[in-house]
Amino acid sequence: MPFSEETLTRLKADAAEITGRYPRARSALLPLLYLVQAEEGYVSDEGMAFCAEVLGITQTEVRGVATFYTMYKHEPAAEYQVGVCTNTTCAIMGGDQIYAELAEHLGGDAHGNGHHDIKSPDGKVAVERLECNAACDYAPVVMVNWEFFDNQTPQSAKKLVDDLRAGENVKPTRGPNRLCTWKQANRILAGFGDGQAAEGPSAGPASLVGLKLAKERGWKAPEPS
Amino acid sequence: MTDTLTPVLTANWDQPDSFTLAGYSRFGGYKALPKALAMGPDDVIATVKDAALRGRGGAGFPTGMKWSFIPQNDGKPHYLTVNADESEPGTCKDIPLMMANPHVLIEGIIITCYAIRASHAFIYVRGEVLHVIRRLQYAVAQAYEAGYLGKDILGSGFDLEVVVHAGAGAYICGEETALLTSLEGYRGLPRNRPPFPAVEGLYASPTVINNVESISSVPSIIADGSNWFAGLGTEKSKGFGIFSLSGHVKIPGQYEAPLGITLRELIDLAGGMLRPGHPLKFWTPGGSSTPLLTHEHLDIPLDFEGVAAAGSMLGTRALQIFDDTTCVLRAALRWTEFYQHESCGKCTPCREGSYWMVRTLQRLENGAGTDEDLETILDVGDNIIGRAFCALGDAVPVPITSAIKYFKDEIIQHQKNGGCPFDPAASTAWAV
Repeated sequence: MPFSEETLTRLKADAAEITGRYPRARSALLPLLYLVQAEEGYVSDEGMAFCAEVLGITQTEVRGVATFYTMYKHEPAAEYQVGVCTNTTCAIMGGDQIYAELAEHLGGDAHGNGHHDIKSPDGKVAVERLECNAACDYAPVVMVNWEFFDNQTPQSAKKLVDDLRAGENVKPTRGPNRLCTWKQANRILAGFGDGQAAEGPSAGPASLVGLKLAKERGWKAPEPS
Repeated sequence: MTDTLTPVLTANWDQPDSFTLAGYSRFGGYKALPKALAMGPDDVIATVKDAALRGRGGAGFPTGMKWSFIPQNDGKPHYLTVNADESEPGTCKDIPLMMANPHVLIEGIIITCYAIRASHAFIYVRGEVLHVIRRLQYAVAQAYEAGYLGKDILGSGFDLEVVVHAGAGAYICGEETALLTSLEGYRGLPRNRPPFPAVEGLYASPTVINNVESISSVPSIIADGSNWFAGLGTEKSKGFGIFSLSGHVKIPGQYEAPLGITLRELIDLAGGMLRPGHPLKFWTPGGSSTPLLTHEHLDIPLDFEGVAAAGSMLGTRALQIFDDTTCVLRAALRWTEFYQHESCGKCTPCREGSYWMVRTLQRLENGAGTDEDLETILDVGDNIIGRAFCALGDAVPVPITSAIKYFKDEIIQHQKNGGCPFDPAASTAWAV
């Protein structure tokens, strides 16, 4: 559906702010794709046409970029995108089992090997496989709308999905007090903060184990001479 | 004698406000900046050279030397791009660093840009870490408010703009030339070198690309001196680094130590192996692109030379640790599937080689392999290495060739067994 005049005016103002960050406007394409994804939940033909117009490039050029990167969706995403890391460490620590049980829980193919979404019948939640999300010390890891849910089990992951479908408040392990929606997450990725940076812990428990041990044993970096 | 652990970058992480300007300043933050600005840019480069800081993103290239390759008085704008696209499987140090202490990175960026005469810096952070991106955006905004960024920083006449740029889910963009192509708004395809980014990088201008931890190490080098930094670590691998333990240890997590610590010491600090009676089987020293090592290598110094002498690479100090419940073929297959998924498709050997290697490995894992398959895999691997534009191609055969080196019998056992002899349930975090 084409954007309304009102939406277009708002998007154009945001787009001008985004392009203004860069010495060359074309660099703004990735954040612009997030901007339109924040509007519609995915990158639609209209969204790509908007990006092309802002940058003065062809829609084909935009599509070439949008299809290269896995964080852009090409059909409407769920409100909560649940990703289970099934790269080696998480998979072995239980990520494979979590993915299989979640897929079955949502009525999908537990043995499917693709990175494609399995959507809940109400469309609220989609489950997909993720590659390593740089939280290996918290394995197995599940992400929801790109927030960390550390040290998961099949039971905790199923409860997480059930809570999301029931509209319960769900709190990431290392993140803000309240999970934002998929569209809101994409707006942050476009560079527009939501004022929640100060919420949540500075660091999770696994991030602190070395520091804690050093303090207990009186270890520190040498003083400068 | 230096202590076993030496928290510097991680020193303030347990503070509830460590990610704020106040929480960083209380621990000596932003003290290096005025000191650097009072030095000449070339003196800053010389100090980092003298400290012998080597890149913390995996390759270990001397950071000061990289900076000195930037041509001066060339009339072109210079750029710094921070590689915060941490995606190498097993690597999980930069993400907690930026979540807990983004200001140490920002102070490092300002000092680096002053040294290389850049007035524009980009933090290219992977997109899949929303709260880290919030923290970076917040820290950059605070640094602007405090006058550490923007025009005429601390009255020095030096101007700097910093942009937080979220990637969009592509491992290849951690490769420095692909990162630049992506930052320019294109598909993240690597470029051939030369020309090197120091000569023709972002927008064909001189560009330095450094890892988050490398840049974050700069403030302490300036504040405490190159001798202080070089006094830590080993002869050719100076300083400290964050060692990330994951997998089958009791207390996985981040341990900041001088380079040269051993895995035996680290596992001991981490409370030992996860399950009694299940010893270490194999491990990666620095992510999936570094050849696997075994219990034979518990005492090698984890520095660039020590790990190289053992036939692997220090990489990102991403120590993924697996006990004897783990099937090495399953692990290698999954990493190979990762490379196949992330191959950008530009170079035929990487694109096709990773695809066929996965299929052959799947056959082996399912017990339907043939005697020829191992030879085929090694042959395909030989034909990828050195024949692709970037290091992703070189990494494709690494997990399986190193697995074959140490565990050939186990791989052949799959064939005899008609399938994988391991129970995946036995290796999970919740298995007793």
